[in-house]
Amino acid sequence: MGFLVGAIAQGLLWAVMAIGVYITYRILDIADLTAEGCFTLGAGITCKLITSGLDPFVSTFFALIGGLLAGLVTGLLHTKLKIPALLAGILTMTGLWSVNLRVMGKSNIPLLKETSIITILENTGLTKNNAAIVSGLVLTVVVILFLWWFFSTEIGYALRATGNNKHMIRANGVNTDNATILGIMIGNGLIALSASLVAQFNSFSDIQMGVGTIVIGLASVIIGEVVFGNRTILRSLIAVALGSVLYRIIIAVVLKLGLRSDDMKLISSILLAVALCFPTVRNAVTKNLKNSMKRGGSANA
Amino acid sequence: MLKLENVHQKFEVGTINEKHVLHGINLNVNEGDFVTIIGGNGAGKSTMLNAISGSNMITSGKILIDNVDLTKAPEYKRAKYIGRVFQDTRMGTASDLTIEENLAIAYRRGKGRTLKMGITSKERELYRSILSELDLGLDKRLKDKTRYLSGGQRQALTLLMASFHHPKLLLLDEHTAALDPKTAKKVLELTVKVVGENNLTALMVTHNMKDALKIGNRLIMLHKGEIILDISGEEKKKLDVPDLLSMFEKASGEEMNNDRMLLS
Repeated sequence: MGFLVGAIAQGLLWAVMAIGVYITYRILDIADLTAEGCFTLGAGITCKLITSGLDPFVSTFFALIGGLLAGLVTGLLHTKLKIPALLAGILTMTGLWSVNLRVMGKSNIPLLKETSIITILENTGLTKNNAAIVSGLVLTVVVILFLWWFFSTEIGYALRATGNNKHMIRANGVNTDNATILGIMIGNGLIALSASLVAQFNSFSDIQMGVGTIVIGLASVIIGEVVFGNRTILRSLIAVALGSVLYRIIIAVVLKLGLRSDDMKLISSILLAVALCFPTVRNAVTKNLKNSMKRGGSANA
Repeated sequence: MLKLENVHQKFEVGTINEKHVLHGINLNVNEGDFVTIIGGNGAGKSTMLNAISGSNMITSGKILIDNVDLTKAPEYKRAKYIGRVFQDTRMGTASDLTIEENLAIAYRRGKGRTLKMGITSKERELYRSILSELDLGLDKRLKDKTRYLSGGQRQALTLLMASFHHPKLLLLDEHTAALDPKTAKKVLELTVKVVGENNLTALMVTHNMKDALKIGNRLIMLHKGEIILDISGEEKKKLDVPDLLSMFEKASGEEMNNDRMLLS
């Protein structure tokens, strides 16, 4: 069962990243690839600042700021310069590669004896996995409560309606550009925040570590919603966090069955493809069942 | 109150697809006017409403409401003055938001959005009571997403939302066209009631000539982007459908080409 604890720990560390993807993908209806560069940015800022002697909590806070700024760039490209969202995300993601190298100064920063949020928790007597579970859980709960509140404010309503029906919300006097920018900023801020925690758990940041973020995020969102439901915002947020955990458990089981960690990216993609086509397959199957029942019925008659 | 001065609307300017849809519209709508708008296919009826609401920025001319020049104001800024109901019943509400959330968004139309709660319990009571007057059972479904409503229910809801806080102008763009005849009649009755009770100034595009004659105090007819007929008051009351058709033919030199209009 040891691998299960590890999977839960990973799932909780990445849960806030999945929630960030949920905001752009589900609330704003945008596939935002900024995530890939933004994840590395959050990790890079954290490790750079921690190794420079800054307090780990302050470092984590700066990772959040970095993510918000990355989101701001994509948001401005998309709304003010009218670049399609997917392309705007790719532009920021690509540009961030160089920015991340500048921030980090090299392609990999290890955390050796430095104090991180994880080591602080370990010093209270927790194992590393338990430290990850505690910090991941606390952050996830705080983020979910914050977003639950935020999405029930006037601005939160405007943001949700912007992703849902731009005509309607403009006709009701909301500047959809501003709402879109705000949403993309919050989403990427959360992705960087999650990355910060992941880097502190892994004890390093690496220029490559963001690759595949969007696939993991989308898989967590879709698995979470399919399994745990999405009737209300709160329900969706919790479902996405649990989806992140479930995703890690599935990956851990697959690895346990003998696949190598080199196969991870392929497994992630297949998992996302399966999750994405699930509704189509489900509809086709229920339709077939109904048809065959009808046919059976008439044959009996 | 509403003034259009020599409004021209072109689309895809400079390409081979360039379309000149509005050819110098001049219109002066008085406070309290209920104007019905008819015209053939492609006459520019919807384009005119979209120009007024700011969904389309006009190519030249001026648009004023209460002498405020709104020609360059973006759609979301004009929303302060304008309530709208669209032909597509899905356009008027955010389908993933609940009935009460949609109402609350409309209740704040034209106001800045803050971090205050998006809906208060006092408002909820208000919404419940106005919805129960509709008698569509919506007062018991405040927490249902609007995607689960019928087209008629959505149009009724959108109409309520559009008439909150006495907008200076109500724009109705064939808002009953996508409904079955019985529901269309109900929504139309509700429209007349809402406009009358709140003494709103309204523009209503319709393809139903009988409705256009029966409802409102003024009727304008568009043809190829120009107003070819503008009648109001007693003169309008005396007209019937054949009169209208012959007036159209005289003014345009053509026969009416709106299939739906002729069939209804």
